[in-house]
Amino acid sequence: MRITATFRMALRALRRNKMRSTLTALGIIIGVGAVIAMVGIGNGAKSQVEAQIASLGQNVILVFAGNWSSGGVRGGWGSAGTMRVEDAEAIAREIPGVIAVSPEVRDHQQVLANGLNWYTQILGEGPEYLDIRDWPLEEGAMFTDQDVRGTAKVCIVGKTIVNQLFPNEDPVGKVVIIRNIPFKILGVLVPKGLSVMNTDQDDVIIIPYTSEMKRVSKRTNLNAIIVQAASPDVSDRVQRDMSDLLRQRHRLGPDRDDDFTIRGQQEIADAATATTRIMTVLLGSIASVSLIVGGIGIMNIMLVSVTERTREIGIRMAVGAHGRDILLQFLIEAITLSSVGGLIGIIVGVGSAELLATWKQWPMLISISSVVLAFLFSAAVGVFFGFYPARKASRLDPIDALRYE
Amino acid sequence: MAAVIKLENIHKTYHTGEVDVLAVRGVSLEIGQGEFVAIMGASGSGKSTMMNIIGCLDRPTEGRYFLDGTDVSHLDRDELAAIRNKKLGFVFQGFNLLSRTSALENVELPLLYTHDHVTADMQRERAVHALEIVGLADRADHHPNQLSGGQQQRVAIARALVNSPSVLLADEPTGNLDTRTSAEVMGVFQKLNDEGITIVMVTHELDIASYTKRNVIMRDGVVVNDALVEHRAIAEVELRKLQQAHQAVKLSS
Repeated sequence: MRITATFRMALRALRRNKMRSTLTALGIIIGVGAVIAMVGIGNGAKSQVEAQIASLGQNVILVFAGNWSSGGVRGGWGSAGTMRVEDAEAIAREIPGVIAVSPEVRDHQQVLANGLNWYTQILGEGPEYLDIRDWPLEEGAMFTDQDVRGTAKVCIVGKTIVNQLFPNEDPVGKVVIIRNIPFKILGVLVPKGLSVMNTDQDDVIIIPYTSEMKRVSKRTNLNAIIVQAASPDVSDRVQRDMSDLLRQRHRLGPDRDDDFTIRGQQEIADAATATTRIMTVLLGSIASVSLIVGGIGIMNIMLVSVTERTREIGIRMAVGAHGRDILLQFLIEAITLSSVGGLIGIIVGVGSAELLATWKQWPMLISISSVVLAFLFSAAVGVFFGFYPARKASRLDPIDALRYE
Repeated sequence: MAAVIKLENIHKTYHTGEVDVLAVRGVSLEIGQGEFVAIMGASGSGKSTMMNIIGCLDRPTEGRYFLDGTDVSHLDRDELAAIRNKKLGFVFQGFNLLSRTSALENVELPLLYTHDHVTADMQRERAVHALEIVGLADRADHHPNQLSGGQQQRVAIARALVNSPSVLLADEPTGNLDTRTSAEVMGVFQKLNDEGITIVMVTHELDIASYTKRNVIMRDGVVVNDALVEHRAIAEVELRKLQQAHQAVKLSS
């Protein structure tokens, strides 16, 4: 029998029971729509996190100062106070594959400028810091090695600082006062947005680490050393070498724990994306359950339909329909229900994702592949759940079917 | 005359539960081209089973069945379906039309399952022609529920004719119809038979059987009588009689 004729028959049978067909397809519509919207939300969150990680810079390795402990009392990260500028210099000098190093000291201060004040983070960094973080300046220039050596009173400011302290003017060349010391603004950073930890990365003033240590916080230890490896391939070895070097420099015997922590960018990325990946899988599988429930709805209705139309099946067989003609007819009905439901579900899914994206400001990422996959899956649901009722119909005995009341 | 249907010692046993039911026990029968045969018998006589076997809906347990010279007693389900499609036309007691489907589409149904290539236009043409034969060409677009019982049965006859079968099989074709409509439908069968179509009919009504040319009477699974009809009823005459009787009733009341 020709496929087109079978198709026409299937469509007519579905049209005859409009309400029933619509409700059955609704199960698939909701299922496919849910899968697309949920996976869209998950992927959107994932891509956002990935963008944040990329904002760290390329092949960045962070060396944090470790914790101090004495007599059972343990200080927090950086409390050990054993990380020195000399350590950073040694890393730059002795470890191959390291292309840039920036010693880092962190502090928070109330700063004044322009008659306004603002509590913000002060970062003491080396001149290569912006290159490591791949963070360009919007205007002005970065401080130099000379500024670092001379503990110069210069700084670079983030966009949030400009908004808060210099709302209507060009801050380059102006002065901010940090702990009663005037720092001249050399440049303004391009806005970077939120970090992996959801903090505002633009709410920052960057000054030479020497100036920070000698003038602002008056201390001798670093919080961290930011290292850039030449390539992802050498990253692991650089991390091992740094660990060996620091243990040696800090004179840690084999029985002592590290007084520092080394984190590669890949580890940070893995940790950050793990949650979103789990979320995507979780949302997707919950949505898939509704798709399967929709499929069971199709199977249920097809079984009812086969029973209702037993006599029709008998007539068709009596006039010469083979078992496979009947099988095909019911299978096409089921597939039509599920794939039409799938198509509408895609529209509903994409639509509700867009709606959530604009309404709730959620990042949304709907890939073509997930749409195609959802559609194919819905068609497969039709085949899978339609097959049993269709086979049942095709195996009826024509004599019994004709007599069926 | 070559036998269209040739049954050789047909047996049919149903295994239901613990007792075997011997529905047909040794029937041999030959039906030639152009015959009009009524198979008669009380319920349980095996006539329906015979009909199912002749109609290739069922296979005999024993014996051989030649349809148009080919042995069809051992074909599988699909092969039997192809034979039904090509060589047999069915008319049932309950009409068995597809509801909410036009008369024309009902008649086209067997053509959907034909393995020869038939274009949509040819299908339509043949279906319209079949409806013309039964005098319902003007009702082609009507759905079964818009047609009277007699008209529905005529659509069913058109459906049975559309593939130009070797044999027309009718299972109690007038069982659901009143006397007048029965006579009309029998008139259609007689007309078709006059044009050379072989018809086999199962009925338990004597007056319906009298429209045929040959009566085969079955009892307990065997043929007990096989004779030509002597005083054959002619549908046109019977209809006229019915009309006169109707008039008489009208006049007297």
